[in-house]
Amino acid sequence: MLEWLLAALIVIGAFFTLVGSIGLYKLPDFYMRLHGPTKASTLGVGAVLVASAVYFTFKTGDVSLHEILVTLFLFITAPVSAHLMAKAALHIQVKQLERTRQTHKGQD
Amino acid sequence: MMRRLLPHPVLSVFLWLIWLLLNNTMAAGHVVLGAVLAVFIPWLSSAFWPEQVCIKKPLVLLRYILVVLWSIIVANINVARLILGRSDKLQPGFISLELRLQSPVGISMLSNTISLTPGTVSCDLSDDRRYLLIHALHIDDVEAIISDIQNRFEQPLLEIFES
Repeated sequence: MLEWLLAALIVIGAFFTLVGSIGLYKLPDFYMRLHGPTKASTLGVGAVLVASAVYFTFKTGDVSLHEILVTLFLFITAPVSAHLMAKAALHIQVKQLERTRQTHKGQD
Repeated sequence: MMRRLLPHPVLSVFLWLIWLLLNNTMAAGHVVLGAVLAVFIPWLSSAFWPEQVCIKKPLVLLRYILVVLWSIIVANINVARLILGRSDKLQPGFISLELRLQSPVGISMLSNTISLTPGTVSCDLSDDRRYLLIHALHIDDVEAIISDIQNRFEQPLLEIFES
């Protein structure tokens, strides 16, 4: 029963990580590609980490909470790096897909 | 006295918890060592933290975290569908969100949340901190995305940090 749960979590994690990578490969412009990896690192890695926490908790008998830290650091760093890359790309005017919609309200 | 000793109580508590988690133990020695570090690190680094972070409603923060986790799961599934579908049907775009939040911590929490929930990445903050530029992978309805962010994320953050 436990094994099935763990297997399911790992497969889910792997699936979302794969989707993130596919996104990185096939999306047409820089800003859209940025969505791929930030996504993979949330649910994809999240599911694998939950699996890890459950496995080690049951295997060793001690509650394993390292994984919470990994999640925490990842959730802090992933958006910051995405933000910096997007900001840098805007600054050097990386080409956007032509149909990208611009909705600026009262901004410079 | 208390303020000089513990300039950032919230930071101290977090450091202490993180220390215990890193060591994966509740042994007395580590509890004490962690507490010492939790007092000294904020004290030494207080020059980098000019303002006090103050969580006014911890319960709202807890609910906010749960809402964010749930949104991440739902949005991940949506984005997976978008990525696996045909990419020439996607309508990407930039949205500028007018911020009601004013505290830097609140704004950075909001933009981190926006980047964490799939489908949107925060790209830039205007110099006067009034607009946040967001890139969305697929836009059906600009107003819907904006009001979604405002109701689900910005409103609780306003309550937590600025009420």
